[in-house]
Amino acid sequence: MKIPYPVFLKRTEDYPKWLPAATSVAAVLLAFVISGIILAATGANPLKVYSYFFKASFGSWGAFSDVIVKATPLLLIGLGCSLAFRMRLWNIGAEGQFFVGAFMASAVVMVPLVNLDTTPRWAIISLMGLLGMLGGSLYAFIPGILKAKLNINEIIITLMLNYIAVLWNNYWIFGKWSESGFQMTKTFPKVAWLPRLADYAREVPAFSGMTLHAGILFGLIAAVFVYLVIYRSKWGYKITLIGDNPRAARYAGINIARNTILVFMISGALAGLAGMTEVSGVVHRLQERISTSYGFSGVIVAWLAKLNPFAVIVVSILFGALLVASREIQPSGVSFLIQGITLFLVISSDVLLKYEIKWVRPAQETAQ
Amino acid sequence: MNWTEIFRSGLSTGTVLLIAAIGEILTERSGVQNLGVEGMMLLGAMAGFKIAFQTGNVWLGLLAAIAAGGLLSLAHAIVTIHFQADQTVSGLSLTFLGTGLAMVLGDGLTGQTGPVIPRATIPLLSQIPYLGPVAFTNHNLLVYFGYLLVPIVSYYIHKTRPGLHLRAVGENPAAADTLGVNIYRTRYLYTFIGGCFAGLAGAAISVAIAPGWYSNLTVNGQGWIAVALVIFAHWNPWRAALGGYLFGVLRRFSLDLQGPRLLFGLANPFFFNTNLVFFLQMAPYFLTIIALIWGSSAARRKRIGSPAALGVPYQRGERGL
Repeated sequence: MKIPYPVFLKRTEDYPKWLPAATSVAAVLLAFVISGIILAATGANPLKVYSYFFKASFGSWGAFSDVIVKATPLLLIGLGCSLAFRMRLWNIGAEGQFFVGAFMASAVVMVPLVNLDTTPRWAIISLMGLLGMLGGSLYAFIPGILKAKLNINEIIITLMLNYIAVLWNNYWIFGKWSESGFQMTKTFPKVAWLPRLADYAREVPAFSGMTLHAGILFGLIAAVFVYLVIYRSKWGYKITLIGDNPRAARYAGINIARNTILVFMISGALAGLAGMTEVSGVVHRLQERISTSYGFSGVIVAWLAKLNPFAVIVVSILFGALLVASREIQPSGVSFLIQGITLFLVISSDVLLKYEIKWVRPAQETAQ
Repeated sequence: MNWTEIFRSGLSTGTVLLIAAIGEILTERSGVQNLGVEGMMLLGAMAGFKIAFQTGNVWLGLLAAIAAGGLLSLAHAIVTIHFQADQTVSGLSLTFLGTGLAMVLGDGLTGQTGPVIPRATIPLLSQIPYLGPVAFTNHNLLVYFGYLLVPIVSYYIHKTRPGLHLRAVGENPAAADTLGVNIYRTRYLYTFIGGCFAGLAGAAISVAIAPGWYSNLTVNGQGWIAVALVIFAHWNPWRAALGGYLFGVLRRFSLDLQGPRLLFGLANPFFFNTNLVFFLQMAPYFLTIIALIWGSSAARRKRIGSPAALGVPYQRGERGL
């Protein structure tokens, strides 16, 4: 058996501009096809599941508003991951940073850090946002400094910190902050809620029941910010250089250790902000299930968007739809399955960008 | 606190980590890093439990688990060895894929009870004072398999010709290639073997140590802990065994801390405030972080590195390292 099959890959730098986007789209479509085959094998009707899927997420404005709500944390986390991945820093800890951000934001209300009756709403919400970002970035500082100073594998550290963050939250919601024995805090007072479309239902009747909250604005602002950093700033250029060629970056006098910590902290701050928008904009309390593995989906979102901040917006909406739909379809692992297959196809398709593929007949090869 | 029980349980939970870590050591020694251990273990746990439950034969379950882990790992092998994709991202997507597959295929298995791996007491050896009751009495057979696995794999890696080829492929693939070792085949083979071990480790949970299928909570991070253990172990099976068992013992110890009213003569805070238990549950994850820091710095001090070509795709004629 001859394992490297007779295909010849020629390294190439130039590919048509549309190719990256096309491979991503093709990967998503193909992932749906493959998942459909697996679903059919388990006895479900894939077409029924998918049409249900589509209706549950894009069937009405209300459903679409739910999709955007789900897309908000994915957008923020996906942006943070895009930045970190540019530098080849594998921050898989967005889930943990999300929880710590949610915890810090909740502390404003639960401790409480300010007088909730007299402080204006904008101040409370800003403080929650800032503390959420602070929490996330401090939590990301741990893997950052371990990576920068001791070169310790950040993937495993961030993953372990995810588990620790969830348990830390549990300690508070099962104990100190528990609402009469339930595993959640009391509902936050209205002053700590991010404004929602439904709040304006009296002025615009069409908004009634719409859950869309202001968190999406944070996401869009963050997208512009990350875009400017990556594509328009000298610092963004340095980050990309460190990611692509750390040796060259070191010779160019770039401080890799400091940038490692900094990028980790920004990435964590965005995840922490996502946690804040979730408690302040959606559930209005701290509870056990505030994340349907946003942290991990964010990784896929970033990769599918090829680390491009504006593409992250589009992809996070798509994944938001996937999450909304998967609340209602059985079996529950389907969304994981589609995400896993998509990511696999995307990274496999990268070979099309890096190489020109030529098929070589075995006879030709032996002649070489 | 019952120390015999703590050590006994440490050995059996440690076996899961040991099997998964040894598989990953073999894979990484060939220069391929597979971070998908968690996903492969979950799929193995599901396959093992499902087949054992459906056929009533636990050994068929184990075979299914080994096959499931191995087959899933081939996805990683194709993508990273042939398509030269980034091994980190590929490993992550393997975890997603394994989790999704296991959840979809394991739908409806929750709450069922199936056959489990039989237990045995080794004659003679179980008579040894202290060691006998802890290590050789009434364990499931996989624990004993773990005892045998360590010296065999260690001997294989360090003393045999195929083991030499394995190390060469991981350290200097170009040199190994000139000596006629087939790099691609070697890497495929050991990625596959690593996957088989991960699948077996998953089944060791679902049909032996904590029987049953609890959806994605069945493995609960142990695959990642096994990956960390490989670094802590400096890619050495003996150290992986030490780490795995130590980990098992410390985990059981930290859980048993809730039991007694008095701890070292003082009132036990974990007994009187049950919410502090969450901090005890953090212990394995803290331990992993500490082990990783310790292992990495010890490796640097003694100048033991990871296999030099770890994570680097190989292509003939290209300057690799």
